[in-house]
Amino acid sequence: MRIALIGQPNCGKSTLFNQVAGYKAETGNFSGTTVTFTESKVRVLGDVLGVVDLPGTYSLAGTNPAEREVIKYLTSNAVDVVINVLDASHLSYGLSMTVEMLELGVPVVIALNMMDEADRLGIRVDVEQLKALVGAPVIPMIASKGRGIQPLFVTAYHVGREKKLPHQPIYSTDIERYLSSLIHDLEGVRSYLNPREVAIKLLEGDQEILADVLSQKPEVAEKLATYQKSLKVDRGQSPEWVINSERIGLADKFAKQVIQQGARRITFRDKLDDVLLHPAFGYVFLVLILFGFFQLVYAIGGLIEPPLMGLFDQLEVWLLSLFTDDSGFIPQVTVALIQGISGGVAIVLPYLVPFLVGLGFLEDVGYLPRVAFLMDALMHKLGLHGKSIVPFILGFGCNVPAIMSTRILEDKRERFISAALSTMVPCAARLAVVFGLVAYYLGPVLALGIYLFDLFVIALTAKLLSKLVPDESPGLILEMPVYRVPTLKAVASKAWWRIREFVVEAWPLLIVGSVMLSVLNYFDVSRYLNILVRPLSWLLGLPSQVGVPLIFGVLRKELSLVMLGQALGSMDFAMVLNPVQMITYAVFVVFYVPCLATMIVIKKELGTKMMWQIIGLTTLIATLAGLVARGFAMIIF
Amino acid sequence: MNLLDVPKGKSVRIVDFLGGKSVFYKLVQLGVSPGRVVKVLRYAPMGGPLMLDVEGRSVALGRRIAGRIQVEVVK
Repeated sequence: MRIALIGQPNCGKSTLFNQVAGYKAETGNFSGTTVTFTESKVRVLGDVLGVVDLPGTYSLAGTNPAEREVIKYLTSNAVDVVINVLDASHLSYGLSMTVEMLELGVPVVIALNMMDEADRLGIRVDVEQLKALVGAPVIPMIASKGRGIQPLFVTAYHVGREKKLPHQPIYSTDIERYLSSLIHDLEGVRSYLNPREVAIKLLEGDQEILADVLSQKPEVAEKLATYQKSLKVDRGQSPEWVINSERIGLADKFAKQVIQQGARRITFRDKLDDVLLHPAFGYVFLVLILFGFFQLVYAIGGLIEPPLMGLFDQLEVWLLSLFTDDSGFIPQVTVALIQGISGGVAIVLPYLVPFLVGLGFLEDVGYLPRVAFLMDALMHKLGLHGKSIVPFILGFGCNVPAIMSTRILEDKRERFISAALSTMVPCAARLAVVFGLVAYYLGPVLALGIYLFDLFVIALTAKLLSKLVPDESPGLILEMPVYRVPTLKAVASKAWWRIREFVVEAWPLLIVGSVMLSVLNYFDVSRYLNILVRPLSWLLGLPSQVGVPLIFGVLRKELSLVMLGQALGSMDFAMVLNPVQMITYAVFVVFYVPCLATMIVIKKELGTKMMWQIIGLTTLIATLAGLVARGFAMIIF
Repeated sequence: MNLLDVPKGKSVRIVDFLGGKSVFYKLVQLGVSPGRVVKVLRYAPMGGPLMLDVEGRSVALGRRIAGRIQVEVVK
């Protein structure tokens, strides 16, 4: 037997899932789509059941691919019973989707979540009345505290076995008349939806269902057009709006019958937005919170990385000592293998883990949408939207989570621009290059100058890209979730999913890339590599030996500094490079091609085409920025 | 009168939305639908979005969208 969880964003559905699923859950895609779901096993009354966490959607209208897939999945034989999670503190909201759920006519149990929250807001919900209205069991619960989960799953188990169907929602008499005529006309038409639902979808103008029906029974088109026309005349509104307001009307009616609003207790959390979104103090807190977040991540990372790297260095030395000739092919490849492994460890463990845990925390507390609210106006000046600020902020730590976080942007254009720009944000690794080369030899003021120049170039690129790719999105529409103290389990499992993705998909490629480069190096291809990069290094006035460190820098950005010493034959850069070359090199390294780990994540998140576009774009920008920096540096020195 | 004409702290009833279908759907999903009474909680500075209270939930809307939402004073 399989149970599906459905609910609107922020209803606590994922919290419920995490409470029962543990870490053995697996993600999958609906075939042929990027819409993902998560599945796990749960033991109920001695039986092992599958539990599927479907993507959170606000409705089942089928207006986007996620909703369409959810409908298809729910009505397929794969699911025996659906648990519809509702936020008891915002019942009329969630009930509009429940009405759509009831239309589908599949066995359902209602999980009335966040009863504590409702209580705090002085809301009393008449559970028995709701049960009678929808014709399905209603289980009050508090998922975050693990309360009510057992009875919920036991009830779902019984409903699934007995295939008990809920009541069909009944709409106004005129609508019902059209529906029964349509159902009659549709006789013999096959669909994954029940006949009544097909009629409803046709009436509200669902194009996909219409195409499916017409391919089987073309004569329906004429009748449907007549119904829609007369409905429009009767109600003075388009049919789709009529059906929608019928649903909302019914949801509101249900809500009115079951909710008793008592006195609302004003809590600390209600006042929090007055401070955190204050026109002036809001920004002060924004800076403080983000600064604190970064300090914490760096502090933790800085604590873990050196001993970890030291361990790998020792391992490397020990392994090399096993060979009589450590410049042979096998020892060289072994070293590269270890470097690939340690590269992953050095990126994943020290910085990415605290980063993702912290990010998950900020997300679950409900602060990130507030950041978007505060920054929307400023980002619009760059031709972007408030939400795009999140990847930028993250990029300063590491570009990998920055790219992952572009998922919060719905729009493909926004995702591309934000991803491209966040790869130019100087991450911790590039900080090492800027500091090791410019700050160390030429002073911190010039290093700061490079940072400011970087931000300027990002802003300029944003402006240009947003002109090139026109903005079709209408602007910000964003729900601000209630501030909540997240459960440790929810934050941990969110971070775990993201880390796992990196470990499983990006890390192996990093290791392979590292080994491949060492093979190239062993066969002394470096001369040819330098020649390959020569046009670029010549243009920027750099010695030809920078070719190899630049190519290896793609693997990990720090390598472009470490290997520069090897390539030029001296770790004292003042001896081998002049100040103009140092600045030009540092600027070029900051902008050029994202590191391999970032590229892999871009490929995974946005596709191969966008990865190549971003590689091309950043190379172009790096060259232009390098030339500007070179000209500028020639004036000062 | 549209939503942008409403001062902070005042409640109004939504009458109509002048704009595309997809945006309309998104608004409806968040409860910003004709007939609902909403309260303007705050405006972000520098022409930023505004924040509404919709049945106890907070929803942020960019000014371009807010300007297309027709409202009336609640008696």
